[in-house]
Amino acid sequence: MSDLFRSGEPIYLQLAERIKRQITRGELQLGEKLPSIRDMGIAVNVNPNTVQRTYRELEGLKIIESKRGQGSFVTDDEHVLQSIREQMKKEAISRFVQGMREIGYSDDEIQAGIESYLAGKGAPEQ
Amino acid sequence: MISFNQVTKKYRQKVALDKVNLELIEGKIIGLVGENGSGKSTMLKLIAGLTYPTKGEVLINEKTVNRRSASIVSYLSELDEYYRFYNVEKTIEFYASQFSDFDPKKAYEILTFMKLNPEIKLKELSKGNRGRLKIVLSLARNAPIILMDEPLSGLDPMVRQSIVKGLLSFVDLEKQLVLITTHEIRDLENILDEVIAIKDGTIIGHHNVEQLREEQNLGIVEWMTTIYE
Repeated sequence: MSDLFRSGEPIYLQLAERIKRQITRGELQLGEKLPSIRDMGIAVNVNPNTVQRTYRELEGLKIIESKRGQGSFVTDDEHVLQSIREQMKKEAISRFVQGMREIGYSDDEIQAGIESYLAGKGAPEQ
Repeated sequence: MISFNQVTKKYRQKVALDKVNLELIEGKIIGLVGENGSGKSTMLKLIAGLTYPTKGEVLINEKTVNRRSASIVSYLSELDEYYRFYNVEKTIEFYASQFSDFDPKKAYEILTFMKLNPEIKLKELSKGNRGRLKIVLSLARNAPIILMDEPLSGLDPMVRQSIVKGLLSFVDLEKQLVLITTHEIRDLENILDEVIAIKDGTIIGHHNVEQLREEQNLGIVEWMTTIYE
């Protein structure tokens, strides 16, 4: 049950990342109500103090907003969603490219590799 | 909320705790780790007022701990000392009669959550269900301090998970502090706010767990490996 999170990184950031992905994937809709701090803690087996920190972090990024007495909600601002998607895309690409360069591939090889992957047999499964 | 000031505890010649200083504040789940015989249980007993320091003082909310501290400290060591012929329901009644902050309604909620049958006699409970009952009894008290001595020890993964979930579901961190001794760190690492490591009666580390991860990129287990070397 500890599998959801990596042990050497702050859980509040990992949980924030998890929620951001749920938003970019559309599992959490714009304007949707998030579980209460306690329920979220129980669902992912995390201390409520940590969940609170996650929510504060996401509030700071304007990704969620808390309404007094009503709980926390995903932002209904389309622009925020776009900018999270953009930012997460850049991060994922940068991680991938860095990894490829460390293995020793040139940028041309990386580009060609991606194109053939997307075009051909390595296309997304599911 | 809880302070140890230069606390030494000796049992005859053996030193169980050696000049321990400690401050714990409310609203947290705190793990106490260390080998058997390192002094963990002694610390819990000192907070519960079941034993007294040889030197130094233990304070709860600035008052010296005494036998009456049991009224604000929920502490369960062994279930075996209860009346074995009682059933679960009767045990809950007994607890409600002993502690004015014991909330029978909450006890039944936790009981249901843990899927325990109230009719069953204690002597017929499996080890796992005894572990669950202990959680019911300690969390049903609205006590500001909850002490748990090895609540996961010797239990299978399913039971351990239900106990961790039960803890998260029924503890009220706005009002309560939970101190848990454990060897099963993996099960608890995501729910601890702080971790305290103790060795030969001395505290060798005390950290906010998220800070350990953030500043040193260490999980609790990795951190322990570094300090116990």
